[in-house]
Amino acid sequence: MMHRSEKIWLILSFGMIIGFMLITGYQTFALEMGPPSYGERIDPQKVDETAPFDNPGIKKVGEKEYEVVMTLQVFSFTPNEIEVPAGSTVHFTMTSKDVVHGFQVADTNLNAMVVPGYVQKITQKFDKPGEYLVLCNEYCGAGHQMMSTTITVK
Amino acid sequence: METVIKQTGKTQAFKDKANKVMGISLEDAKITKSYLSVAFLAILLGGILGLLQGLNRAGMLELPAWLNYYQVLTAHGLLLVVVLSAFFTIGYFYAGLSHTLGGLLPKVRKMAWIGFWMKIFGFVLAVIPILMNEASVMYTFYPPMAASPIFYIGLVFIVLGVWMCAFGAFINVASWRKRNPGQHIPILSFFATGVFVLLFFGSIPVAIEVFTIIPWAFGWVETINVMVARTLFWAFGHTLVNIWYLTAVSAWYVIVPKIIGGRRWNDLLTRIVVIALVIMNITGGFHHQIIDPGISEPVKYMHVFMSLAIGFPSLMTAYAMFAVFERTARKKGGRGLIGWYKKLPWGDVRFLAPFIAMAAFIPAGAGGIVQSTNQLNQVVHNTMWIVGHFHLTLGMSVVMTFFGISYWLIPYVSKRMLTPQINKLGVIQTIIWTLGMIIMSGAMHWVGLLGSPRRTSYSTYFDNATALSWDPYLFFLAIGGTLLMIGVLMQVYAVFYLMFFAPKGNTEFPVADVEEDEAPTPRWTERWGLWIVCMIVLVGMAYVIPLVDFIVNAPPGSPPYKTW
Repeated sequence: MMHRSEKIWLILSFGMIIGFMLITGYQTFALEMGPPSYGERIDPQKVDETAPFDNPGIKKVGEKEYEVVMTLQVFSFTPNEIEVPAGSTVHFTMTSKDVVHGFQVADTNLNAMVVPGYVQKITQKFDKPGEYLVLCNEYCGAGHQMMSTTITVK
Repeated sequence: METVIKQTGKTQAFKDKANKVMGISLEDAKITKSYLSVAFLAILLGGILGLLQGLNRAGMLELPAWLNYYQVLTAHGLLLVVVLSAFFTIGYFYAGLSHTLGGLLPKVRKMAWIGFWMKIFGFVLAVIPILMNEASVMYTFYPPMAASPIFYIGLVFIVLGVWMCAFGAFINVASWRKRNPGQHIPILSFFATGVFVLLFFGSIPVAIEVFTIIPWAFGWVETINVMVARTLFWAFGHTLVNIWYLTAVSAWYVIVPKIIGGRRWNDLLTRIVVIALVIMNITGGFHHQIIDPGISEPVKYMHVFMSLAIGFPSLMTAYAMFAVFERTARKKGGRGLIGWYKKLPWGDVRFLAPFIAMAAFIPAGAGGIVQSTNQLNQVVHNTMWIVGHFHLTLGMSVVMTFFGISYWLIPYVSKRMLTPQINKLGVIQTIIWTLGMIIMSGAMHWVGLLGSPRRTSYSTYFDNATALSWDPYLFFLAIGGTLLMIGVLMQVYAVFYLMFFAPKGNTEFPVADVEEDEAPTPRWTERWGLWIVCMIVLVGMAYVIPLVDFIVNAPPGSPPYKTW
């Protein structure tokens, strides 16, 4: 039924898929590069009264290490305009006050869905100085194309 | 009793023969003509809306307040993702069922018409609030964005209309099986069975989602579970994608070999591909949620495997297609390692269009495999890359196959003939479409890698330098979009010319035969009940854990928002 060349092709195909699985698994579980999956629940209508989102902002938590507590709402990020020194590791803790938003920072691999009712976390080390564009990448309404801010790395 | 059965068997055999000699019955032809007319009107309208978006994203066109970018995008998605695909798939497979099963049963014909009008009614209901800017929620309508309830009621009718056609197909196939005990379902009807099984089971989750949204959109229920809705949507959303793909694949396996004068690929392997795609499809939807909160990393990892597994039958198909081409070309005297390609009918649009469609699936499928893996998905999720990806898969692999089908299917149902002029027009159309899609989808992939988001009207983000640097790439969206618009106009012209004006004549429904020396296909391939059970078990493995978690450990729900 099958020619030798087809068997070889299918073995290679299978091998490729397994290869993808091994690399993805190694990166996820050994190198801790897995996708943002934090899942703590929060009342989406009481974000302003719930810690830590009652006090959004940037906080220094260690040597060149920062935590940004951020709320996303139509059509802005709070805090707006973040500044950190080059070489800093920044931990973002985020939630949405209304609809589903996306948190994406151009020129980095920061990309996470921020869903009302859930706390989302993602971390990035900023080595290169510059101004990074933060934007919402999930359609959230009439002003979606305006929903942006910047992270300045000095 | 026995004589009665014998007689019905005889009448049926006579009908089968009549069908083959005289072509499709007028009543069955009318169903397919109507479905295809709607499909190509949808592509005309959807194409115009697509061009408007391309021009807007290139910064060349500001859309008026009464027809803003997000209305246009919602309508573009609904027209092309739901209307074009559903109507083409049903029109094509109903003609296939009629041709290979000896005509549609009168009952099934009636169901096809009820389904037709339910879908049209549902679509009109859904479009009214979109035009009134009461439903600018995209075709994904993620809660807690809430459109007018009318929009969701429209969706219910579309789903019910699709189910009507799915059940019609099941009834026709079951009746044929009863009349032909011990025989394999003809291959095209086998594909149709797979597609309608997926259409039915795949749309159950979205039906549940919409039924929970409606009372909430009316205000009878205060809040909604956002993650459950989102998860149910994608259980449907990705299945839908693979339904069109399986429709295109059916033409690659069954139709194209006949058009090039060859025989089709091994029957058993073909049926295995269909079975594998049916069993494994629905679970693939989770890769749309790789960077969602609330799903643990091990569960996401399992879903990567379930998504990538769908790649395997596609890789089987890749081999099969090129093997059929080579075998056919060599029989016609083609020589050399690759020199045989000269023997293929490149000037025949019925081959050229689906061939380019298949070739496009090589980068499209590779991109799909890459972006399904967790970490790489994070790089491209919700960027223009994704838009580029599905214009390559759907806009090329699927739609170009549909175009190629139209050049014989429409003359077949209208009892007319494809003229050399229209064939030439089709070849030029194919080239224009190919160039347009390569330019547009290529630019989308690239600018997406740079970070430009999808589903966002033109924005410089307050003259941000990074955003401004995307503009030159976005300009290609306008160029590609313009070429595609020309392609749409040519295609729609060809379709309606072939339907109403081409010279009368008999056009064949091209179904290829298997190789003469092929071993008979084993009976177990016909065990549809078993395949459906396997599918349900797999869906359970994928969805029970996350859905139960989202329901049992649900956060307080969200009220409806109208943010546009």
